[in-house]
Amino acid sequence: MSTATAPILRIENIYKSFGETHVLTGISLTVQPQEVVVLVGPSGSGKSTLLRCINLLSPPDSGRIWLEEQEITAPGVNPDKVRQRIGMVFQDFNLFNHLTALGNVMIGLTKVRKMSKKEAHDLAMFELERVGLVDRAHHYPAQLSGGQKQRVAIARALGMDPHMMLFDEPTSALDPELTGEVLEVMQQLAREGMTMIVVSHEMGFARQVASRVVFMEGGVVVEEGTPTQMFEQPVHERTRVFLRKIADMDSGGR
Amino acid sequence: MESFVQLLNNVLPSLLQGVGVTLQIAAVSLLLGMAIGLPVGVGRVYGPRWLQRALAAYITLFQGTPLLIQLFLVYYGLPDLGLTLGRMEAAFLTLGLNSGAYQAEYLRGALQSVGEGQMTAARAIGMSKWLAVRSIILPQALRLVLPAWSNEAIAMLKYTAVVFLIAVPDLMGQAKILSSRYFAPIPIYMIVAVFYIVLVGATYLLLRQLERKLHIPGLTGETH
Repeated sequence: MSTATAPILRIENIYKSFGETHVLTGISLTVQPQEVVVLVGPSGSGKSTLLRCINLLSPPDSGRIWLEEQEITAPGVNPDKVRQRIGMVFQDFNLFNHLTALGNVMIGLTKVRKMSKKEAHDLAMFELERVGLVDRAHHYPAQLSGGQKQRVAIARALGMDPHMMLFDEPTSALDPELTGEVLEVMQQLAREGMTMIVVSHEMGFARQVASRVVFMEGGVVVEEGTPTQMFEQPVHERTRVFLRKIADMDSGGR
Repeated sequence: MESFVQLLNNVLPSLLQGVGVTLQIAAVSLLLGMAIGLPVGVGRVYGPRWLQRALAAYITLFQGTPLLIQLFLVYYGLPDLGLTLGRMEAAFLTLGLNSGAYQAEYLRGALQSVGEGQMTAARAIGMSKWLAVRSIILPQALRLVLPAWSNEAIAMLKYTAVVFLIAVPDLMGQAKILSSRYFAPIPIYMIVAVFYIVLVGATYLLLRQLERKLHIPGLTGETH
């Protein structure tokens, strides 16, 4: 394998249990730079847990993960440093409630990246501009709509200059009419070449943006392929049934 | 009526001195209690298990026994262990340790009511656990704890009254001296009660002002 096509992320045989619940049971996945991987699967299939293993919020019990050819599951690796390179966006936004939109983006810049107030302010405003929220810079989270909160959360992650981004059901907590503005920002990011792993059941987004769709069930990858392959002619019966169900929900108008 | 005005004139200077002492004890004890309660509260939630247990024992000890016993043990008991404190120092230490236990518990509640997601999000942008506690969790918890802390401040003003039992000349101590000097306990205790109400009211208004100043939409409750 030449370095030109070296994967940005390589996951090898990851296991993760919580007590008696075996959530990930030997999962492997490789992501190339600039790829957009959409993870789908029934709830409880381990999608969110996989994301939290990747940025070591919840380190795997066994198995190995390489980020840009550095093994981040090796002993002695500082997880805080790893997380600076991996942006994460949550279903429930998790904006810092005591800070304005601007403050939410700035705090990682001043406290983690050790920028000066001035530098941090300018970069934070730039990131808010990217998600179209400069005019909401001085609003507190409670004064923003769900879609705006999620865009601030994306700006906050982008401010750390991540090498890849993880999205954990970024639109699931939003009213249907607010999902568009968030998906648009994500689509923009994909166009700019950001490597992304997205847990989402937005099939429209998967069709248009994903380089690859990965179907997970029972803690393992059942099947993966291009959106066309996966939606038109999945190999596994389980994949077909699941994607059909999701598609029906989408068109059925919730 | 004339004799009441006369009495008021006679007792006022001593009572004002007493107010000074009461305020001093309350303020020092609250600050000492904060200096203790802040790390204890944080340690109760984020410390290692053994530390959590040790801190819980301290809190149980001071919440589970009468303040007066604590005061007597500190003032009369510690000299047996070779530590003799003046009356004021004994008052500061006892009330400070007692308030520290309560403040730690209030802070613990506030820390726990800051959602799990705040810590997760802070860790996700590369903050260490302690940086996240300092810059994300505590600023929210300290705002959330303010109403409970205001109650503690008000309670403290009244708890200080126990120190007259080790002969500290606080407002209550002065009242006792004056009531036997003038043989007029009822009017004097009534005057002193009014003094306490004024102190409590002023403290309440001051802290409400602070709550309003630190209010953040969506984080702290509505303040009117």
